Amino acid sequence: MTTTALQEPVRGTPSGAPAARRPRRRTGRAHRALLPYLLLLPALLLELLVHLVPMVIGVMMSFKELVQIYIRDWSSAPWSGLGNYRMTVDFHAPVGAALLHSFLVTVGFTLLSVALCWLIGTAAALFLQDTFRGRGLLRALFLVPYALPVYAAVITWVFMFQHDNGLVNHVLHDQLHLTDKPAFWLIGDNSFYALLTVSVWKGWPFAFLVVTAGLQNIPGELYEAAALDGAGMWQRIARITLPSLRPVNQVLVLVLFLWTFNDFNTPYVLFGRAAPDAADLVSVHIYQASFVTWNFGTGSAMSVLLLLFLLVVTGAYLLITSRGRRGADA
Amino acid sequence: MHDSPMAPPRSFLWVRRVFLTLLTGFVLIPVYVMVSSSLKPLADVTGKFRWLPSGLTLRPYIDIWSTVPLARYFVNSLIVAGAATLCSVVVAVFAAYAVSRYDFRGKRVFTVTVLSTQMFPGILFLLPLFLLYVNIGNATGIALFGSRGGLILTYLTFSLPFSIWMLIGYLDSVPRDLDEAALVDGCGPLGALFRIVVPAAVPGIVAVAVYAFMTAWGEVLFASVMTDDTTRTLAVGLQGYSTLNNVYWNQIMAASLVVSVPVVAGFLLLQRYLVAGLTAGAVK
Repeated sequence: MTTTALQEPVRGTPSGAPAARRPRRRTGRAHRALLPYLLLLPALLLELLVHLVPMVIGVMMSFKELVQIYIRDWSSAPWSGLGNYRMTVDFHAPVGAALLHSFLVTVGFTLLSVALCWLIGTAAALFLQDTFRGRGLLRALFLVPYALPVYAAVITWVFMFQHDNGLVNHVLHDQLHLTDKPAFWLIGDNSFYALLTVSVWKGWPFAFLVVTAGLQNIPGELYEAAALDGAGMWQRIARITLPSLRPVNQVLVLVLFLWTFNDFNTPYVLFGRAAPDAADLVSVHIYQASFVTWNFGTGSAMSVLLLLFLLVVTGAYLLITSRGRRGADA
Repeated sequence: MHDSPMAPPRSFLWVRRVFLTLLTGFVLIPVYVMVSSSLKPLADVTGKFRWLPSGLTLRPYIDIWSTVPLARYFVNSLIVAGAATLCSVVVAVFAAYAVSRYDFRGKRVFTVTVLSTQMFPGILFLLPLFLLYVNIGNATGIALFGSRGGLILTYLTFSLPFSIWMLIGYLDSVPRDLDEAALVDGCGPLGALFRIVVPAAVPGIVAVAVYAFMTAWGEVLFASVMTDDTTRTLAVGLQGYSTLNNVYWNQIMAASLVVSVPVVAGFLLLQRYLVAGLTAGAVK
């Protein structure tokens, strides 16, 4: 858990240092006060350069009229006040309407993908908990989609979804005769399901990995005690395993949500620069809005709004789940 | 059958069998498509899909190197991902050691800030970072944009938050008595870190390194904007096969397989460390 690491009292302070070290103590103490900061310095500088300063610049950009001619010297771009924001949230105008559509698609896609990833990952972890022949092999196999580089995996799916020479249409149309004619998967409405399939295929092994790790922290005596009390396998899963996984799930679901919501790589490789409407995820949408029109101001305003949304959702999620946990622990 | 109360009932075994069979199919079909198509002649991948190749050929594996400059992309990816991993692990170990072993002002702010960067959409940094690198280049002459250095810097920061977070948990599980004993014996704090704590935290460090390497090896968004012809990485370079008039699917699959083998092999070899690292670190 994040917070346990933060709140833990620090036992490394030299209050109990033996007397033998006393002569070195004064220089040691000044050194000790500075040392943690020195150790943190590289991480701090990097975070500043790559995350925090760009974020501040991003917020500033969102208030500017930053079109192509100002890119080389962005500070000279004229201020536009709330102009960019007004444009992005005007849902009756084309820009705002497209953004709203993209946002709703992303929310639906993310919820479905996270639910499926969690379900499959947890089930697989539970089923591989007991030792049986072939378990090690399955565990390794299941991690392959996660280990594959995103673009290699997604390109393979692009091939499978091809209209004329893909596996999906061959199986659904030619072999099972489920569709009247071969379907288009990478354009039109079907693209949503194509994206969801690929996203779940890539994402569930992470849930599997984390839940597998979480299961190892559940003491075996709990199961034995429950078994002696006459609880069956399914009951043990419902009464012991799932409740014990609660803290793990709290982090897992949040991380899956944020990663899926912000995912750029999967839709970008699957559809290229022009994502179909049905699968127009917000990160690709912003990328297009920025680099196709070279209007960085609107793109930044959209990014800032997205960040605010994620902040609110994350905050609310942590508040609700932590309260639930405290209640359950008490 | 039911000699022990712990033995799973029949229904459980059946559900398990069906579920695991279906899941294995779902996982393996794309892998099978990738491997089998990479060995097919071009006619097999341009016409109707066939489960079994009409003939096997290694031709795609020879052609991939000349259709696009794959070797150059490979070297670029190796340099960028390798350097980013190395730097990221060192920086994360220092930071995690500070947080795990010392009490200092701003500790909480630091950890919360670092962690919260995980939630930011990459697209939010992309535009400003693009401008920042271009402007730093104009002002100082240090070419960050379009260079490998800029990409290394970016990727190493991407994997930092998760790496620091996981390592804090892992270092917390290394008994403090060990490094305190080393301090008493006259090792400096850095001596204690490198001689005692780092060796004891190898599984956690390996897990973090695997994560950092995979992040850098697979990233598409920043690579597509921040590289030029000479510094292009595999993530962008692989798309070169499909922008041609003829889509050489057999070559695309062969190239995908070639770029996947190093990471998948490394990942599977080191996966027990990853589970151990997660168990001790992130999942507590």
